[in-house]
Amino acid sequence: MRQTLEGSQAIAKTVALCRPQVVAAYPITPQTHIVENISKLVADGALQCELVSVESEFSAASVVLGAAAAGARAYTASASQGILLMSEVLFNIAGLRIPLVLTCANRAVGAPLSIWNDQQDSMAVRDAGWIQLYCADNQEAVDTTVQAFRIAEQCELPVMVCVDGFTLTHTLEPIDVPDQDLVDQYLPPYHFARALQPRQPLSLGTLVAPDYYAEARHSHHQAMLHAKALIAQCDRQWQELSGRASGGLFEVHGASDARIGILALGSIVGTLLDAHAAHVQRDDVQIIKLRSLRPFPGAELAVALSGLSDLVVVERALSPGGGGIVGVEIRSAFHYHGVNVRVHNVAVGLGGRDVPLSTLDRILDLVAHGSAEEFQILDVQLDKLPPEDR
Amino acid sequence: MTESIINFYELRRKQPRFQGIDAGHRACLGCGEALAARLVLESTGPDVIVANATGCLEVFTTPWPESAWRVPWLHSLFENAAAVAAGIEAALKAQGRQSKVLAFGGDGATFDIGFQALSGMLERGHNVLYVCFDNEAYMNTGIQRSSSTPHAAATTTSPAGKQRMGKRHLKKDIVSIIAAHHIPYAATASVAFPSDLRKKVRRAMAIDGATFLQIHCPCPLGWGHESEESIAVARLAVQTGLFPMIELERGELTGAMPIREQKPVVDYLKPQARFRHLFADDARAREELEHLQALADHNIEIYKLLGSGVDALDSEGADTVRRGGNRWG
Repeated sequence: MRQTLEGSQAIAKTVALCRPQVVAAYPITPQTHIVENISKLVADGALQCELVSVESEFSAASVVLGAAAAGARAYTASASQGILLMSEVLFNIAGLRIPLVLTCANRAVGAPLSIWNDQQDSMAVRDAGWIQLYCADNQEAVDTTVQAFRIAEQCELPVMVCVDGFTLTHTLEPIDVPDQDLVDQYLPPYHFARALQPRQPLSLGTLVAPDYYAEARHSHHQAMLHAKALIAQCDRQWQELSGRASGGLFEVHGASDARIGILALGSIVGTLLDAHAAHVQRDDVQIIKLRSLRPFPGAELAVALSGLSDLVVVERALSPGGGGIVGVEIRSAFHYHGVNVRVHNVAVGLGGRDVPLSTLDRILDLVAHGSAEEFQILDVQLDKLPPEDR
Repeated sequence: MTESIINFYELRRKQPRFQGIDAGHRACLGCGEALAARLVLESTGPDVIVANATGCLEVFTTPWPESAWRVPWLHSLFENAAAVAAGIEAALKAQGRQSKVLAFGGDGATFDIGFQALSGMLERGHNVLYVCFDNEAYMNTGIQRSSSTPHAAATTTSPAGKQRMGKRHLKKDIVSIIAAHHIPYAATASVAFPSDLRKKVRRAMAIDGATFLQIHCPCPLGWGHESEESIAVARLAVQTGLFPMIELERGELTGAMPIREQKPVVDYLKPQARFRHLFADDARAREELEHLQALADHNIEIYKLLGSGVDALDSEGADTVRRGGNRWG
């Protein structure tokens, strides 16, 4: 049944449907309403779970690590500075191959202090070893959250569900929150084969010398690569039950013979699609929604996008002194797979800067006039800066 | 011929104890921490889950693919053992399981880097026994000073030299800070008093709530004494008053091990190379010795540690009486 819900509220309701046994969180600024809503569900008796209100993001991640290792389905949410504070634990969770789900309500990272939306936080922990799935709207956030538990528990890898802060988390949308029966049918009870229990005393997190470390890392990398098929499969299986898919690893919108592609992650995909439909209506343009950043579907993208002449990678973060983050990965995949597509790379909407519908026209103008740079922040207003910084 | 000599091996065999850490681990000779961890697990029995902070204990027990642990054991990071233990405890509660959760950390993991997570766990009242193995420096990383390192002790980051007499600051009074959380039970113990240590572990195990135990564990490598001297050195720390053996319930002092005969602090300091600079012919060294003696006297005064006569559970009797000895009458 479709209800008008705030993104955070819809995510909280969905997490509750997944029957978590332990939820831990800390209200770091910037905070979302996800955990507040879960707390209310627990207070009202609508959700039976241990809610641990910890003293830091570091402990939030550590509590859910311990809980999942002890065999409980566990969940936490964070953003921005919180993600960075817990980053050491995030690497540890992934290395220990602990299945967990975390919602990252994507926000900028200070300094300068910003509480607004971009994707610098999740990009900063791109290499932590977590699966990262980006949601284009709140319906996808709901559906991806359910799928995330199934993916995590099947491949013993943690999943970060990336949902744009404010743009999605604080926005009301008509959302279909699934029935409990449907979720129960899709998501079997959590069973962790390496659960901590006195009858079967295992040692987890031991010291590994150079003679085994490379093998452990290889095994983690392979598990991530194998997860590609699982992510696509879980999306299909959810579609069979609910009638909705979220795009598997990535999703291509527009004519199959298009010459220009625009690839983005998260909520700006919706902006680009709307602009495409309402303003530009050019049938030579494809919009590509990249849902899975990790594992990165490089080979799959190279096949799907090989017919393009130009691809513009639009992102909400950057690596200062390097340039784009996703753009570099796409270029690398295209180069390795021998795909001759000119890849342009822009960043937009940093620190909550509005991304208007006209963004699409600006991007297409850059391509048309051959004036795109290797990487640029598209909507930067240079006159605000002293000359030496322009 | 009648057997007149007690066969200790046979006695020990007849008195089987749960061994949570098995033999063959890679601790140094005379390691106080290895002994303390073994004693703790002897008293807890096998129905526990351990969250272990990074440190010597984690390193010497689990060089992959080997493990000395006979209980379920998880090592995550240096600073989060208390939070990981809290998560395990929350999971057990959600699942209706009863096992006791233990968190193990050294003094660095407890006094310094993991202090915030520990305070949070205690404040929330998780059913966790947190054990701090206090060997008074970062031994695993090469004997750097921690906030538990005693005043004037030399470490690799508080060396003695022309301008310095070792660590300039005081040892953090962790047990008072812990007790200020008003948890049901907090205590200090020492490897030199195993019966007392076991008693305190059993006391904590019986409590459904957050409890804390600080165990003084000599480190022959870091303290610079002979490995066979570990127990004697640890006992002197108690007998001089430098390491008071106390119990606190809900923040109130409820027990203190009486010292039968106070030993001068120099007896404790002399066998340890970390205090060697205090025995140089130097006015500053003499002043520091006075400081340390004053610290011991202060402990004795505030905790009223000087016993009146012979007590079966005092610093001379406590480690024998519960083994059926009571040789002090």
